[in-house]
Amino acid sequence: MTIAVNPTQTGEPVFYLADEHPHPEGWSTSLGFWIYLMSDCLIFAILFATFGVLGGNYAAGPAPKDLFDLNLVAVNTSMLLLSSITYGFAMLTMQQNKIAQTQMWLAITGLFGAAFIGIELTEFAHMIHEGATPQRSAFLSAFFTLVGTHGLHVSCGLIWLVTLMVQVQKFGLIEANRRRLMCLSMFWHFLDVVWIGVFTFVYLLGVLR
Amino acid sequence: MSPELLKLIFGRLGIESLPLHEPIVVGTFVVVALGGVALLGGLTYFRLWGYLWREWFTTVDHKRIGIMYMILGIVMLLRGFADALMMRGQQMLAFGGSEGYLNAHHYDQVFTAHGVIMIFFVAMPLVTGLMNYVVPLQIGARDVSFPFLNNFSFWMTVGGAVLVMASLFIGEFARTGWLAYPPLSNIGYSPDVGVDYYIWALQVAGVGTTLSGINLICTIVKLRCPGMTMMKMPVFTWTSLCTNVLIVASFPVLTVVLALLSLDRYVGTNFFTNDFGGSPMMYVNLIWIWGHPEVYILVLPAFGIFSEVTSAFSGKRLFGYTSMVYATVVITILSYLVWLHHFFTMGSGASVNSFFGITTMIISIPTGAKMFNWLFTMYRGRIRYELPMMWTIAFMLTFVIGGMTGVLLAVPPADFVLHNSLFLIAHFHNVIIGGVVFGAFAGINYWFPKAFGFKLDPFWGKMSFWFWVTGFYLAFMPLYVLGLMGVTRRLRVFDDPSLQIWFVIAAIGALFVFIGILSMLMQFAVSLLKREQLKDVTGDPWDARTLEWATSSPPPDYNFAFTPVVHDNDAWWDMKKRGYQRPLTGFKPIHMPASTGTGIILAGFATAMGFGLIWYMWWLAAASFIAMLAVGIGHTFNYHRDFDIPAEDVIRTEDARTKLLAGAK
Repeated sequence: MTIAVNPTQTGEPVFYLADEHPHPEGWSTSLGFWIYLMSDCLIFAILFATFGVLGGNYAAGPAPKDLFDLNLVAVNTSMLLLSSITYGFAMLTMQQNKIAQTQMWLAITGLFGAAFIGIELTEFAHMIHEGATPQRSAFLSAFFTLVGTHGLHVSCGLIWLVTLMVQVQKFGLIEANRRRLMCLSMFWHFLDVVWIGVFTFVYLLGVLR
Repeated sequence: MSPELLKLIFGRLGIESLPLHEPIVVGTFVVVALGGVALLGGLTYFRLWGYLWREWFTTVDHKRIGIMYMILGIVMLLRGFADALMMRGQQMLAFGGSEGYLNAHHYDQVFTAHGVIMIFFVAMPLVTGLMNYVVPLQIGARDVSFPFLNNFSFWMTVGGAVLVMASLFIGEFARTGWLAYPPLSNIGYSPDVGVDYYIWALQVAGVGTTLSGINLICTIVKLRCPGMTMMKMPVFTWTSLCTNVLIVASFPVLTVVLALLSLDRYVGTNFFTNDFGGSPMMYVNLIWIWGHPEVYILVLPAFGIFSEVTSAFSGKRLFGYTSMVYATVVITILSYLVWLHHFFTMGSGASVNSFFGITTMIISIPTGAKMFNWLFTMYRGRIRYELPMMWTIAFMLTFVIGGMTGVLLAVPPADFVLHNSLFLIAHFHNVIIGGVVFGAFAGINYWFPKAFGFKLDPFWGKMSFWFWVTGFYLAFMPLYVLGLMGVTRRLRVFDDPSLQIWFVIAAIGALFVFIGILSMLMQFAVSLLKREQLKDVTGDPWDARTLEWATSSPPPDYNFAFTPVVHDNDAWWDMKKRGYQRPLTGFKPIHMPASTGTGIILAGFATAMGFGLIWYMWWLAAASFIAMLAVGIGHTFNYHRDFDIPAEDVIRTEDARTKLLAGAK
């Protein structure tokens, strides 16, 4: 941004760029996506706060101790953490321009993600079967909404992942696709971070409580 | 057809949902329908659909999108103001055993719709429209960072407005007040569609607002022309930056709180219920964590407009630029620390109330600093009292009164007396009309010649100004009096006949404002007819100071033939003083984003989805959602979203301007 600000050698001030290069494509994308992620982070912050306020209001219904199976949650957490690692591998192979390997790692990431969603849905089904429905108490309303919103994000991530795999297959690892993979990468890791919050704040502290 | 099938198709929508028993609504519908048919017929007759679709609906040009925002804001102002007139009429008449002319069912919808429309669909579009139009020009950019997103954001805002308007004729609107506090807004007390219209209108529009906030932040951070460091940005750009930061940091809160309310209503969760552990006060806290920053979202850009206008019409550099920037930033931060002052009476205790009372009072310090900066800018300036400057003076007088009553309300013991009284109503109309509306009008009068190449007619502008300003004082000063006497807000009938005279005065004030609005419409019409006399070919009709005046009026699609280089805060003033010569040769092709219809299509499906969810037409909601997903994903397969304006076109445009400028001399 410092180019051409100073007067030229003749001393005449420069008021415009005679020879201008447009900003490269995607010049603002990573900043824009970061800001979007922060707005999404705020959505989770409010849901965490809501859980913080209502998390103890069992309304004489079941409490975390009666509901949470930490072993299952540990497996689930490892699915998501592994998917983040494999996404990292996809990005590494993308840097090396290896389409087939990138696609393979993306597919593995998708499988881990799908496994995460599958386990979460099983957990939900089990709880609802036991009568611990979102309607049962404010604690359960807040629980299902916070964890469900995270799950919904992961599901959106999966749709996005599949779309990107089709686009990489069709158009290759062109600049636009690299940028998109980078955005999804940020999104995916962001969901991982949020999940660590959920795991600690909802499950671990819930069982302690 | 069987009732089950009808229910499957239409949800809870039936003939009885149409307000045929309300003669006022039926009358309105007839007028609106006739007007609508005339408008659509006219467009078809003059074969304007193709032009509108190609040049306006699908455009990604920030200037055209900005103009469309302004049109939306002004159209919705008419609707919101009609509600205001109805309320003033009702409260003036409903004395001495009279029930007035509005039943409770209707009246409650009117005051809710008035608040929602005025904030979300008048003030927000006017402010966003001005930012959209002016910011890229002020920073020497060719467009915003994400032009397609900009188009999409606009149409989502329109989608929300369409849902609110639909509620007038299909079903009903919320009867809860503009923030829809539970438990009243919960399914038990509001089982009808009103609150659902409220929720989905705001959700659809809210997506647009959040995305446009992200877009403008990126634009300001990434697309400034060379030389324009942060502390060389025009103050309007600074206030826009802060406003958009506020948007991104507060609208998600609104999204969540409305989503939780919808879960309570649709699924039966217990976030804001009175039983099963829910907490209605949490809703009040959360919605004001959005709501208080929202008022600063509206007023900060207005402060920016006043800064530009004061310095341009005083012929002086803005006094205290640095302090103006820091005051803006401080207000941005403080606006997050005051939300509880909206409900001191909740009973949080003395310590909590003191904290929020003090933070609220502190906000008046940076705001006061701004006021003095404007005054010192005017001091010993050669002030030209043209319309933008007149609105600015009116703002300075009015806003100071509103600010002082605000500080008064910030004192918790005083607030316990005045909470939810007409004193509060007078206060926030005092700051929103005196600040945001006057600011928008100053901005419209100031930048209109930039957008259209001719000034607005001063006679009708002054008519509008005087009727608005006197009308405002007549309408709201009585409410301060009534509030101090203990009259609460949202009342439909009154017992004490001694109060009536104040409501009569307020109603007369509202009529004055009505004449002010009509004069403004007249101003637009007269200016259009007299556009040859009011024409400005220089591109700089006010002898102004910032970069948007460096290009032609209206600016070409690409804004600047060459990207400007900036050396001073008042970039254009600096260029004029140092003998800048407009380049006449060496034009090159210019890279620009291409139009797309995806934005309006996506927003159309989002609106349809909202309508389906409001009426429990689940098939419509699901189908629209899937369509939205398909169109959205389909759009990502389009990799070629730009084109080059050929050098010949640039040369033709610039040569035409050279001829115009030569003729002007």
